[in-house]
Amino acid sequence: MHMVAMAAGFVLILMGLYGALTHTNILRMIVGFTLANTGVHVVLVAVGYMPGRTAPILDGAVPVDEAAARIIDPVPQALVLTAIVIGLGITALMLAYAYRLFRTRRSLDIADFTELKW
Amino acid sequence: MTSRFTLRNAAVLVLLALLGVAFWTLGAGYTPDAELNRTAAYYAENTAAETGAQNIVTAIIVTYRGLDTLGEVTVLFLTAAIVALVLGQSKAPRGTSGSGFLPSGELLATGTRMLLPIILLFGAYVAVNGHLTPGGGFQGGAILASGMLLLLLADPGRRFRHRIISGVEGLSGLSYVIIGVLGVALAGGFLDNRILPLGQFGEILSAGAIPLIYTLIGLKVGAEFSSILESLEETEDS
Repeated sequence: MHMVAMAAGFVLILMGLYGALTHTNILRMIVGFTLANTGVHVVLVAVGYMPGRTAPILDGAVPVDEAAARIIDPVPQALVLTAIVIGLGITALMLAYAYRLFRTRRSLDIADFTELKW
Repeated sequence: MTSRFTLRNAAVLVLLALLGVAFWTLGAGYTPDAELNRTAAYYAENTAAETGAQNIVTAIIVTYRGLDTLGEVTVLFLTAAIVALVLGQSKAPRGTSGSGFLPSGELLATGTRMLLPIILLFGAYVAVNGHLTPGGGFQGGAILASGMLLLLLADPGRRFRHRIISGVEGLSGLSYVIIGVLGVALAGGFLDNRILPLGQFGEILSAGAIPLIYTLIGLKVGAEFSSILESLEETEDS
């Protein structure tokens, strides 16, 4: 089961990179980056999964003294929670800069921005 | 022109194929651990006694790695500030932005009035129960901001009061840092949650300062997301 989640994450990363590299519209590139970002999150959570165990919450299903044998790894989940929030910040920044580019140049096509091209 | 583009696509495909092979070997050689590594085992065995929180992820984020979370909230604040700065130059005159939209319609307006209190209540519930259930301040703050997004969708010309949003954000951030410093003075270190009694394990008012800190994080994250949404909404072309 964890291999399915991990494979889905890897496929999402590849799809996102493909979209970001082949499209010339900046908004589509941002969508591609967001997809790849989601894929990284899925892979990280899948790495923390352990077969036959349950979520790291010490409720009725997980007695406190057996916790180490019953729960999955909580550290990747905490990492991904952080990564999701930072990913949202990055997406907001990309959208804001894309808007500024559109305001100044009236275009969202990356082929129209040639200053840094060699 | 077309041949150049197909060449570029071929290069992209080759690159992605190489990455796919790398991922494949990573995935094929991966076997899940049979037992927790030492860090995770420490958290599993000591979270209940040391922090009193049921949700171990919350205990890690708010207490064990609390300083990192303070940094994360700071990054989010910087993002909101930069978005406001970047978009601020193209801000529409008051009352004109959104006037180009058609009215959102009776259904959305009435539905917003009905749903908004429930969404805000759910956001507060998720933030306050972060130490007991899956959820917490970041998730609760995102839900609060989704309520604000619904308001903006129902009435594109609506403006929130900047002073309220920035006041909530500043006050909650300041209280977060003050609680952290209190941890140095009264308990074991910065952001130690034992400045308040740990209470009965599993109760809503337990786990020391964790519910308080996560509520403050929820308010701060909700205010920051709302300010990002508002900056994006207030631009001239919207």
